Amino acid sequence: MKRIIGYGLTYLATSVVLAGCNLIVFNPKGQVAKDERDLIILATGLMLLVVIPVIVMTFLFAWRYRATNKKARYSPRWASSHKIEAVVWGVPFLIICVLGWVTWETTHALDPYRPLDSDVPPVNVQVVATDWKWLFIYPDLGIASVNELALPVNTPVSFTVTSDAAMTSFFIPALGGQIYAMAGMQTKLHLIANEAGQYRGIAANYNGHGFSDMHFSTLALNGADYDAWVNKVRNTPQKLDQNSYAELAKPSVAHPITYYSKVQERLFLNIVDKYEGMNKAPRPTGSQVQRNSDDKRVDQQPSLLAEER
Amino acid sequence: MFGKLSWDAVPLHEPIVMYTLAIVGLMGFALVGTVTWKRKWGYLWREWFTSVDHKKIGCMYIIVALVMLLRGFSDAIMMRTQQAMASSGGPGYLPPEHYDQIFTAHGVIMIFFMAMPFVVGLMNIVVPLQIGARDVAYPFLNALSFWLFVVGAALVNISLGVGEFARTGWVAYPPLSELGYSPGVGVDYYIWSLQISGIGTLLTGVNFFVTILKMRTEGMTLFKMPVFTWNALCTSVLILAAFPILTATLLMLTLDRYLGMHFFTNEAGGNPMMYVNLIWAWGHPEVYILILPAFGIFSEIAATFSSKRLFGYVSLVWATISITILSFIVWLHHFFTMGAGANVNAFFGIMTMIIAVPTGVKIFTWLFTMYRGRVRFETPMLWTLGFIVTFSIGGMTGVLLAVPGADFLLHNSLFLIAHFHNVIIGGAVFGYMAGLTYWFPKAFGFRLNDRLGRIAFWCWLIGFYFAFMPSYVLGFMGMTRRLNHFDNPAWQPWLLLELVGVGIILCGVSAQALQLYVSIRNRAKYRDLTGDPWDGRTLEWATASPPPFYNFAEQPKVNDLDAYWGMKERGVSTLSHTDYRAIHMPRNTSAGLVISIFALICSFALVWHIWWLAIFGLVASVVAMVVRSYDEDIDYFVPAQEVARIEKARLKDLAEA
Repeated sequence: MKRIIGYGLTYLATSVVLAGCNLIVFNPKGQVAKDERDLIILATGLMLLVVIPVIVMTFLFAWRYRATNKKARYSPRWASSHKIEAVVWGVPFLIICVLGWVTWETTHALDPYRPLDSDVPPVNVQVVATDWKWLFIYPDLGIASVNELALPVNTPVSFTVTSDAAMTSFFIPALGGQIYAMAGMQTKLHLIANEAGQYRGIAANYNGHGFSDMHFSTLALNGADYDAWVNKVRNTPQKLDQNSYAELAKPSVAHPITYYSKVQERLFLNIVDKYEGMNKAPRPTGSQVQRNSDDKRVDQQPSLLAEER
Repeated sequence: MFGKLSWDAVPLHEPIVMYTLAIVGLMGFALVGTVTWKRKWGYLWREWFTSVDHKKIGCMYIIVALVMLLRGFSDAIMMRTQQAMASSGGPGYLPPEHYDQIFTAHGVIMIFFMAMPFVVGLMNIVVPLQIGARDVAYPFLNALSFWLFVVGAALVNISLGVGEFARTGWVAYPPLSELGYSPGVGVDYYIWSLQISGIGTLLTGVNFFVTILKMRTEGMTLFKMPVFTWNALCTSVLILAAFPILTATLLMLTLDRYLGMHFFTNEAGGNPMMYVNLIWAWGHPEVYILILPAFGIFSEIAATFSSKRLFGYVSLVWATISITILSFIVWLHHFFTMGAGANVNAFFGIMTMIIAVPTGVKIFTWLFTMYRGRVRFETPMLWTLGFIVTFSIGGMTGVLLAVPGADFLLHNSLFLIAHFHNVIIGGAVFGYMAGLTYWFPKAFGFRLNDRLGRIAFWCWLIGFYFAFMPSYVLGFMGMTRRLNHFDNPAWQPWLLLELVGVGIILCGVSAQALQLYVSIRNRAKYRDLTGDPWDGRTLEWATASPPPFYNFAEQPKVNDLDAYWGMKERGVSTLSHTDYRAIHMPRNTSAGLVISIFALICSFALVWHIWWLAIFGLVASVVAMVVRSYDEDIDYFVPAQEVARIEKARLKDLAEA
């Protein structure tokens, strides 16, 4: 029995120490995640100003005024004090004023739609969540990958995110906060990796059967490594067009990492547009027809995407 | 003929489900057999199933809530076991299609069929007594609400054996809950169980709103109402304003699924974001529907067991009212990550934080109620102290999640799970358990075993910290909710710790079951003849335990906030009357039960697309309602001699006490 307890304690201690290294949120690898972590620490600190006194007072009052302690003062009719009430309304109010101001400022500073301040031009990545895999399209390079995302370090990344199935959430915890992926809509997220490494990316919102296996690895690579990765993708035989995309988009669980050396133009916008407005359910159409209808729509409604202009 | 229903709907190939069904079936047979053998069917029918007495309806609500607590807790044990097993790449023992139903059912059951009936049950037992009334404003409607709620609970449990439950999560976000992604009957079970029980809840809201506003006894102005009643009033307002949103939202989802409409589909102009907004426009007030009555319970208990007036009553009431209003303008904090602009996110974040101010005021109010009091550490007070500490932590993590920049990292993670279990268990459930212990002697006339009650409290408290504090850590480690399996050995120790916590809570639940058994068996020993076992302050303690069916032979006059405390101080007795008058009371009726049985048939038929049966159920329930409406023999007078006889027996009990 003693040995079991000893073993258990050792196991627990080791895992607590290990946990310190595994606390992704407190171990950020990019500026955005770092700012968000600092915000968590600041907000928690502010609130502890009230919460710690409350917990201490709970124990203190309960013990001091226990029924058996006849020495403590007993005032059964004492039930209001303007001074105390001013403090209990006032102090939380002041703290919330400060926290509210912090919230207003940081919500604007950390708005996922706000491009990051940097001299380096951003890398554009279009993200498509399908059942149950992630497709990353690099529109400037004309390449794409599935379930593997490569990023150059110290370069801002501009993600444009959509879904071709149920709603889910695009999240790389080591680099910063998440954004929902929704069909027929584009959301934006700006992140940066400041340290080379391999980080876990996940679908953070439950979206059905294959949800648990819908993750990807994010490779934050130094310049040369990134170029090598791009070349590797460019030299693969597979190409991504409307037909191969339709094949890829069929539900599959734990899809292997796949590279596409060439991506059909406007593929991402086609995926978004097929749900738009009063369009009926997605249906495979000839590429000729598709392109015509797209051109028309572009004329009427200029795209919001910088890289598509 | 039978729509989509066939023998394939029974999951014969799922051993876990079949064993569960076998055990439930055996227990059901044993129960039915015992009742038959003891010839208690007539008694149950006359005294309980057809009763319109608010106290009996309240007790039935709580009995169902406790049974559903066991069901929801079993789901929790299964989920915790699965995650502890499947954290190093293994598949565990529950495949996703089964696991996904379990976490959905756990959420739905715990919110709709455990917490809601617990709240409504306590309100039923206590509110009319606290305001010195003889029953609620609409006693028949009250019975109908209860039986409609039972229909919802029954549907969820039928789905275990016939067909499947939803695999969508407890708020069933489309497009996942639309036909395209969820073609089975699971979501239909979800829709109809919530829709039917939701109607019951809405009627309860109407009933208590009118009861509290119109049926208070002489002298009880709004600002002399006990705090629990104030919270029940605010809860009723929340129900009235929020539940129609749920009804409409579910109706639109129903139209999408049954008639091919496109309110929330991805394609053809549907907008899933609209559903997310609507469901939380109901969902956020809903959490205050659960927590406000708990706040009321803690207020009553803090004052009673400190033998002192409640500190800052007026502050407390205004805090409650402001929470009621604010709870409707914070819903967007459930989805900061949807991509709304910074201004919108910041607005909803700050509104959410503002709620922390009145909530903080409430906590200080309880603290200063203990200050200069004489605090008795009876079990209800232990739950209250456990609550104050635990809830402060949960409130803090809640405000943290209300900061959008922080939420981006923590949304949908186990940190969120830890937060809302922290406030729902550490806030609402602790409150219900405290209320159950506190008012049990009032409802049944005998106390619960004290020792087992204390054991249960400590197991729940310690178990809670073990089960959910690791979730905060796991959230910081990047673990998201609803994962079936994963390959991350670093998470496993924490998940094992959580499993230990669940085991400790299981000890607490077992202690409570044993407590009920022991207390009922030895009820003569725990008998309370005074009707006032805790030295109470409000009117419910002024009458007998259990109260006579008319509550008060003569409705008391109130000229003080702590009405009964004042009477005791002034030496005024509520009983020293000799000239009893006849009392006007509602008659029992089976209409609520009958209408609900037809509603069950109708909704079951709708789930399985058995159209003829659905039409039959709908028509029959409407006919039953019409028949009831033309019934004019719905009330009677209790003769004065009968009242005198009951009150004399009570005086004799008091003399013995």
